[in-house]
Amino acid sequence: MADKVLMKGNEALAEAAIMAGCKHYYGYPITPQTEIAAYMARRMPKVGGVFLQAESEIAAINMVIGSAAAGKRTMTSSSSPGISLKSEGISYLAGCDLPALIVNVQRGGPGLGGIQPSQADYFQAIKGGGHGDYKLIVLAPNSVQETVDLTFKGFDLADKYRMPVMLLSDGTIGQMMEPVSLNQSKNATYDKSWAVTGTYGKRTKNIVNSLCLRPEELEEWNKARYERYNKIAKEETLYEEYLTEDAEICIVAFGIASRVSKNAVNAGRKLGIKAGMIRPITLWPFPNEVLAQTAKRVKAFISVELSMGQMIDDVKLAINCSRPVTLCSRSGGMIMSPEEILQKIIEVDGGKQ
Amino acid sequence: MGHYGSGKTNAAINYAILLKTKGIDTAIYDLDIVNPYFRTVDGKNLLDKYGVELVASKYAATNVDVPAMEAGNYGIVDNRKKHAVVDVGGDDRGALALGRYAKDIIAENNYDMLLVVNKYRFETKDIDGVLNIKDEIERACNIKFNGIVNNSNLGNETTAQTVLDSIAFIEEVSNKTGLKIKFTCIREDLYHSLQGNIKNLMPMQIIKYGSWQ
Repeated sequence: MADKVLMKGNEALAEAAIMAGCKHYYGYPITPQTEIAAYMARRMPKVGGVFLQAESEIAAINMVIGSAAAGKRTMTSSSSPGISLKSEGISYLAGCDLPALIVNVQRGGPGLGGIQPSQADYFQAIKGGGHGDYKLIVLAPNSVQETVDLTFKGFDLADKYRMPVMLLSDGTIGQMMEPVSLNQSKNATYDKSWAVTGTYGKRTKNIVNSLCLRPEELEEWNKARYERYNKIAKEETLYEEYLTEDAEICIVAFGIASRVSKNAVNAGRKLGIKAGMIRPITLWPFPNEVLAQTAKRVKAFISVELSMGQMIDDVKLAINCSRPVTLCSRSGGMIMSPEEILQKIIEVDGGKQ
Repeated sequence: MGHYGSGKTNAAINYAILLKTKGIDTAIYDLDIVNPYFRTVDGKNLLDKYGVELVASKYAATNVDVPAMEAGNYGIVDNRKKHAVVDVGGDDRGALALGRYAKDIIAENNYDMLLVVNKYRFETKDIDGVLNIKDEIERACNIKFNGIVNNSNLGNETTAQTVLDSIAFIEEVSNKTGLKIKFTCIREDLYHSLQGNIKNLMPMQIIKYGSWQ
């Protein structure tokens, strides 16, 4: 195991991307994500890579399309308003079947919003910020270490399935400092014979394009892509269970909200309430199966989110509304305290405390 | 001053409190124009408890995302009644803010400029990394360092051994730079296990950020 170092979420993410073989980064500064761009600006020239500060987020995502089409591991990062700008390009990446890693270090919205942490881009990431029938694999780390691990994984999943992957972080995970091991397993290699790298007169040309003039054909493309999405949903869903075995009340929370929730679960247990937690690590694919199974055992669910309530819809869908699902949320850059969640746990338990 | 994330704010707050408890009237100045989160103001309760005055932009740690300098910062060079501890954030870009006062600080010639080093930070885990940051900061603010603060730690995973393992490295930094080690920081609960083993050990009350820890 490599020696541990103390790193900020954003810089650990950037270093992990470089270790994963990402030599092409295009971005534009925005708080609370700027350290990623700043780190790339310092490090990329030293590793023979490209850092390019684009003139806008829209330009950056289109540069990503170019590098990805050339078969290079490519990344861009931004925070919420910047991701809205990139959304058209993300849809094009999906339509072109191009692998890339897009990082969103979320802040409070809507609009310019604020610079404090948020999880209110859940819908945008999961339901499609861009247009058309497409999915992103969405990875939600809850520590600096997991940010590193999921950055490695994100590039692999993108290449394996030829699709864009989003790493959905937030201001707190991006800005916090924690000890990490930058353990790198050997980078896998993937077939990139589709890439636009020049034929050298030896093969027919590759074309990377999302335009399809015949509707019958476009429908076939979409169906093929959804077959791939179904396979991903079966094989790549990731989640963590915490004290769910005997739980009667199950919290569902991801990212920073899951860290606070864990403290609340522990506090609930001290009061004799059987609380537990399911933490989705992939937000798409969502851990539907484990939630459906857990619904057979527990009395109720609490969705804990830094938004006005977005993931809660997916929790209800996953359990087919078979149990009550209550929301515990803060918005606009605020983070709930463990006490606020505990209060909700007590309420849902029947308010006996 | 030092690399971002080296623990300047915690070190500065605790140093200011140490001075105050020794009977030296002290004010702490937040000169960080870079970081949006985790600011000197997060230690306000602790500073208030010891009666250390905090001079910080009222926009620090709010949604106003502009590099703001407080007018009261002139107290760094103007206020001769109080000792000033200045928390200068974020690498060379942050050090530019201090450069504003360089002429007066050098003319007065009554200052320590301390390089905060954490050997466990990725970019300062070797000597070259530390020298690099040191040069960048000195160039940005036009003042030279004259001491080192060893704040080597691994966050929540810090043990007494973590700090002990940093000593040889920090001494090497000291030899290479000719800068004396002013003090070594240690979390207060670990202080007694190392007291006497390390020169100028400073116990630290760590500011806890957030409910997720």
